[in-house]
This record gives sequence, C-alpha cells and structure tokens, in this order.
Amino acid sequence: MSSAYRIVPAGDSALVVEFEERIDPAVNAKTIACAEAIQAAAIRGVRDVVPTYRSVAVYFDPLHTDTDALVERITHDAEASAPAARAAQDPIRIPVCYGGELGPDLAHVAAFAKLTEDEVVRLHSSSTYRVFMLGFVPGFAYLGLVDQRIAIPRHSTPRVRVPSGSVGIAGVQTGIYPAETPGGWQLIGRTPVKPFDPSRERPFLMKAGDAVEFYAIDRAAYDREAAR
Amino acid sequence: MTHLTPSGPGVVVVKPGMLTTIQDAGRWGFQSSGVPVGGPMDPVSFRLSNALVRNPPDAAGLEITLLGPELEFDDERVVAITGAHFDLSLDGRTMPSNAPFIVSAGARLRFGARRLGARAYLAISGGIAVTPTLGSRATHLISAMGGIGGRALGAGDVLPLGEPTDLYGSVSMPQEAIVPMPDRHARVRVLPGPQTEYFSPDALDVLQSASYVIASNSDRMGFRLEGPPLTHARGADIISDATPLGVLQVPASGQPILLMADRQTAGGYPKIATVITADMPVAGQLGPGDTIAFAVCTMREAVAALIAQERALMAVEARNA
Repeated sequence: MSSAYRIVPAGDSALVVEFEERIDPAVNAKTIACAEAIQAAAIRGVRDVVPTYRSVAVYFDPLHTDTDALVERITHDAEASAPAARAAQDPIRIPVCYGGELGPDLAHVAAFAKLTEDEVVRLHSSSTYRVFMLGFVPGFAYLGLVDQRIAIPRHSTPRVRVPSGSVGIAGVQTGIYPAETPGGWQLIGRTPVKPFDPSRERPFLMKAGDAVEFYAIDRAAYDREAAR
Repeated sequence: MTHLTPSGPGVVVVKPGMLTTIQDAGRWGFQSSGVPVGGPMDPVSFRLSNALVRNPPDAAGLEITLLGPELEFDDERVVAITGAHFDLSLDGRTMPSNAPFIVSAGARLRFGARRLGARAYLAISGGIAVTPTLGSRATHLISAMGGIGGRALGAGDVLPLGEPTDLYGSVSMPQEAIVPMPDRHARVRVLPGPQTEYFSPDALDVLQSASYVIASNSDRMGFRLEGPPLTHARGADIISDATPLGVLQVPASGQPILLMADRQTAGGYPKIATVITADMPVAGQLGPGDTIAFAVCTMREAVAALIAQERALMAVEARNA
C-alpha cells in the first residue's frame, strides 16, 4: 500500500517529504524508513537527510544535484516506505536517579498526577519509549509516548539552567538534556549516562527509531557512575 | 603581557573584538542527531577570503562581528579580509579589503572603524588548525562546539596555524567583492513555503509590504524581526520539523524569525517562506537595528542568482589556483 505523503520545497536547497500530520509511532517509522532509503541511495549533491516526527528534510547543493532525479528518487522512497521490517532491537537501557535534588520536579509531577513519587517513577520506568527524532541540541532525543497519567505540561517559564543529564517530561514526551542549557521540561531525575560525547567512538547514544527504557538507580550508584 | 607560545606557528589574540569566532564551511551531516550546521553568516565572502590566500574553500578562518580584533602574528603569512568593510592597519600602515597581503612575523593587524556590513572574514594562508569536532572547526556557541573550547575568542588565545601551500605565489591584485555590502538595509528574495498554507491568504503580501527591523536580541541563530505581523490560519504550532537556513518561522506573535547559520536543526513554528541561498550572504551582513525587506521570486531566479555567484567565486579560485 502506498503512503499518504507530499513533497514540498523549502527554499532552493531543501525538499521536505511530509507524511500524515500526527505524532504516531507508525507514521514516524515510515518517516525514518524513507530517510534511511534516501540516505542509502547516496545521491550526488545531497548534503544531509533529516527525519523528524512525520517528515524528512533532504538538504542538497542545487548546483551539484540533478533535482529531477532527486525528486524521482524521493518519490520512489516515499511510496515504498513501509515501517521498516527491521529485526527486533534490544532497547537502550538508561539508569536514572529519580527525585531529590537530581529530580526537583518529581513531587510536582506526583501532585499533578495524584500519585505517589514512587508510582510516578514506576510509570516512567516501565514503558519502552521510541526515539521519534533528535533536535534542540546535539544528541537530544525526543522520546515517547509517556503514560497519559504523568504527561504533565512543561513549565510556563523555562529554567535558565538545566544541568546536563537531567531527565524531563513535557506532555507525552520525555528526554535527557545532553548539555547544560535553558529548558522548560519537568525534571524528575538525572542520568550519569551521556547522550552525546564527541570524544566517544560513537558520539551519539541514540538515533531516530531506537527503543529506550529507563531504570531506577539510587544516589550512591549515580555518584559512582557519574564519577567514572 | 605574556605571550603564550603554541607548539607550532600561531596568531596571538591581543584584543578579541566583540564576537570573533573560528568558522569553516560548517558541520554538515549530523543534523539528524540534532547537531546544527553553523558556519559563516556570509559564506560567499568567507569562501572568497580563502580563495585570495589559496586555501581550500572550507579552511577555517575568523568571522569578525561589528567590532574587530587586534592580532599579532608569530609567523609570516598571507592574509585576506573580505565581507564587512573595516579600516585595517598592519603595524600602522593602511591595508585594503578584498586583497591578499603579507603579514610578517611579529606584525600586528588591527581592525579599526567599521564602514559597511556587519561581519568580516579573515583568512590566513594555511588556515586555523584547531582540532575539529565532528569533522568541523566551526564554532557553535550554544552547543560549545568547535573553535577554541566552543566559545568566541578571548584575549591571550593563540590560534594554531596549518601549513601554507605556497606563500608568495598567492599574492594577487585586489578583487571586487562578490557580495555587495549593505548599508544597514537589504532586500532579499524568498521562495514561498514550506508551510504557506498555515497562514492567511494575504500573509505573503503583508510580508512584502514593508521592511522589518532586526531586533536587538538577534544573533547567529536567528534574526528576530519587527514589522507587519503575519496572521496564522491554522494556529502557530506545528509538529516539530526540520528548519532550513533562511527559513522565516512565525511564532504566535506573528513576528517572523529569520533562521541563520547557528539555527537549531528542528522547530515547532510554521514557516511561511525561505530566503534564497544566493541572498543569505547579504542577510548575514546585517546586524541589530538594521532593516530587511522581502520579495517573492521564482525558483528559476533563485538558481540563476546562485549560478552567477558561483561563477564569480570560481573565477577567483581559478585565478589563484
């Protein structure tokens, strides 16, 4: 079955393939499959292929690209892109020290959800999340979907400084701040794991389409890992 | 003042200027991991500077913003300064823009008053040889990546230099600028989209009806514009998607933001139009308080303008090859 999609130009150096306009794991899987097919085709002049929730941006150099051939190729890949039948992949498991000074908004989330802090932690750490896309800062993965009961909106006024490693919730999204930045997400814990480290052989912990799970660790384990 | 001595040849930053950053052609290929492209705000003047000193087109140089630096060279090099017009002096002697000249070891290069444009580019033969991050030396301030410690230059920094290919052969005659420097105002061409349908039918006309002022909180990520508000037809939120260079995204206020070199890789506001690639260099020569006007053009015009620019660059590159 062919996909519902359209291809729109974004200026003279980018084309965007848009799939159905919703945040949906199936739509996102199609999007990522399409991006991977375009990337794999290694089309001359293409500089970057960027999948997001439901669209793929293809950046190209218009002076070194056969744009007709590019549109044809993208059309083919968009038509063909079914959710990738890839081998079931083990989730990336990420330790989190929840609450306390490392998760200053946990009590607030519990009050919002009318649950105990332990129940919030259990709900957050019992789902398998999908990496829908990366953005905001290098290595920041938008993970979903968070259990509706703890899907608290972001702060109306963002914090000026969110420590790196902070784990936050914003609606049905959750994520880890890879670096100290301003941020409005509700912070429920912190991980000693670095989502982005340019000195690592694989600088990025996660890529779009990955599965991610969180598990709780205590403060002593956090401090040990963070000191390594 | 104590001069730090680098292991190889270097340039000492005596005064850093207002915002002087190391830039190269940008950090391409990692936007899917959330890594911004960055690179020069005026990529054409940047590439011209490298051509004039016979560097490869993507060699790292300096982007100099509004108020220029003072630099001391500890090795003899050919340099060229393009882009914004500053009064330039080398040990007190006046030097030209858009022309390569030799700086001898121990000489001091000073940027004085700025006359036109916002950003100058300084290329040094051999290029600036800081360690690349993810394949690029471009400084991205927000993610503290590239350059020296991911930050703007400070007094006392030493810029390590690469091996120049050919010192004296590279000196040639002054070159006409390829990007005309704007005098605090520029008119740039846009292509509609990618999300014109998110706006009221007259929004593109409104966009073209008057100039917008570049607000003071504008930077290398984006120019916040103040002018005729653009009306949304379907709300001001979209599901986050990719944000190309030069796109005009419009938050709920209706005041557009022109996304520049250091833009994030994705964003959640509808995008009414995109500045054509050939006109981004002149936009990059504007600063806070300057004005910008937009005019819709065709894809054919956009590509023709880009070809003309490329021909001009290639002519200089061929002459200096």
